[in-house]
Amino acid sequence: MIRVFKYILTDILRNRIMIFYTMLLLIITFSVFNLEDTSSKGMITMLSLILLIIPLVSIIFSTIYIYNSTEFIELILSQPINRKSIWLSLYFGLSISLGISFLIGSGLIIILFSPDAKGIMLLSIGVSLSFIFSSIAMLVSVLTRDKAKGMGIAILLWLYFSVIFDGVLLFASFQFSDYPIEKGMVLLSMLNPIDLSRVLMLMQYDISALMGYSGAIFKNYFGTDWGMVLSVTSIFLWVILPLYSSVRLFSKKDL
Amino acid sequence: MIVASNITKRFGKLTALNNVSFNASLGSCFGLIGPNGSGKSTLFKSILGFVLPDSGSIQFNGTYIGSDFHYREQLGYMPQISRYPDNMTIGQVFDMIKGIRQGNYSLDEELIDTYQLKKLFKKRMHTLSGGTRQKVGACIAFLFSPKILILDEPTAGLDPISSEIIKQKIIKEVANNKLIIISSHILSEMDNMISDLIYMQEGSVHFQKSVLNIKNETGEEKLSKSISIIMKSQQHD
Repeated sequence: MIRVFKYILTDILRNRIMIFYTMLLLIITFSVFNLEDTSSKGMITMLSLILLIIPLVSIIFSTIYIYNSTEFIELILSQPINRKSIWLSLYFGLSISLGISFLIGSGLIIILFSPDAKGIMLLSIGVSLSFIFSSIAMLVSVLTRDKAKGMGIAILLWLYFSVIFDGVLLFASFQFSDYPIEKGMVLLSMLNPIDLSRVLMLMQYDISALMGYSGAIFKNYFGTDWGMVLSVTSIFLWVILPLYSSVRLFSKKDL
Repeated sequence: MIVASNITKRFGKLTALNNVSFNASLGSCFGLIGPNGSGKSTLFKSILGFVLPDSGSIQFNGTYIGSDFHYREQLGYMPQISRYPDNMTIGQVFDMIKGIRQGNYSLDEELIDTYQLKKLFKKRMHTLSGGTRQKVGACIAFLFSPKILILDEPTAGLDPISSEIIKQKIIKEVANNKLIIISSHILSEMDNMISDLIYMQEGSVHFQKSVLNIKNETGEEKLSKSISIIMKSQQHD
């Protein structure tokens, strides 16, 4: 399994889109930190960009890669190897190379401009989003055989997590503003890894007041150690659950 | 060596395999023919474990194919379309496949030598032509000298010289007491190569006969002519 993983990893790292992605992150990060006058402003801008770009690239690149590997998966499966090994090799090949691209493209510069807990938090957010969204991509590509449909679902999921979910949350909070819904909002944000990452990052700053009333609740909730443990756990669940279900489905799938 | 009994596989409303049974033993070469969509590929995929039949069983060397994957140690497979990750080199693909099959195999690199692939070992997959990728697929199938070989349209996409090489290799391996199952649409190509024939139609096995029998029954020398005679006589029935 290690050997399959190793070759898949080198294949993906040599992929033109991955090289382009790394360069793009490099250019974006460099210009953001040069344009903003303080590094904390730069960090906030980087956060919004990371929350947008990484999920999009991770989910779409992974979905395309899995669909294009159909024949290759069959070739490997005609060898004496179980399905779980090949599927996990693909997943770790994808997620680790996406993580490496992010660390090379953005990570180095971020650590240079903000060598503290905030910088490390932003790096962990970038890496975990790469892992989460390639895990979701594995699930999408095992669910449907049709490449166009799979791509459609992948794009819709990205749109849902980065735009629609927030919209619905905002709408709900206006509609039910007369009720005590703060705790519910906190729990709801755990259903979206992007929201969760944003909250985790903003907690590093003392600007939760800027997030309004529910922001203060977030601070109250996430600022404590227990809230931290809870949110990190749900980040891990976001990686493991889609991956686990995709492995289960793939072991029984007709290729 | 391979005994399939009453395999049925449905994809939704479509019955891809309907009560398919056949048996094949070592030292023979089976031709699997039939129109498009007759279930040839699904049958191959069931033997390879890519598709799990709804009912029926496949025995491989006396043991049933289940979730255990070890039976594939004795199996070589050449797909109809060979595609590999774009940025892998030919050498890396061979290296990876060898890494998966740990254990003592007598490596059969005859095809790699005749196709002179060693010269191309540093080339990346996306720079190769379809024919060359097909050759890589053939070499991988024969590499571990497996007892059973499953070749899905092996000569499609190959130039006449290369397809002649693979045909000679098939004849040689059958003489070495191996079992080879080939699917193809080109009947004339299978002449001299196959010993038995399985004809599939609409998901079921229409007939399984030895080539010798077929030729005797119809009195024709050419396989393609004899098959068309059989098909016509069955249509009249």
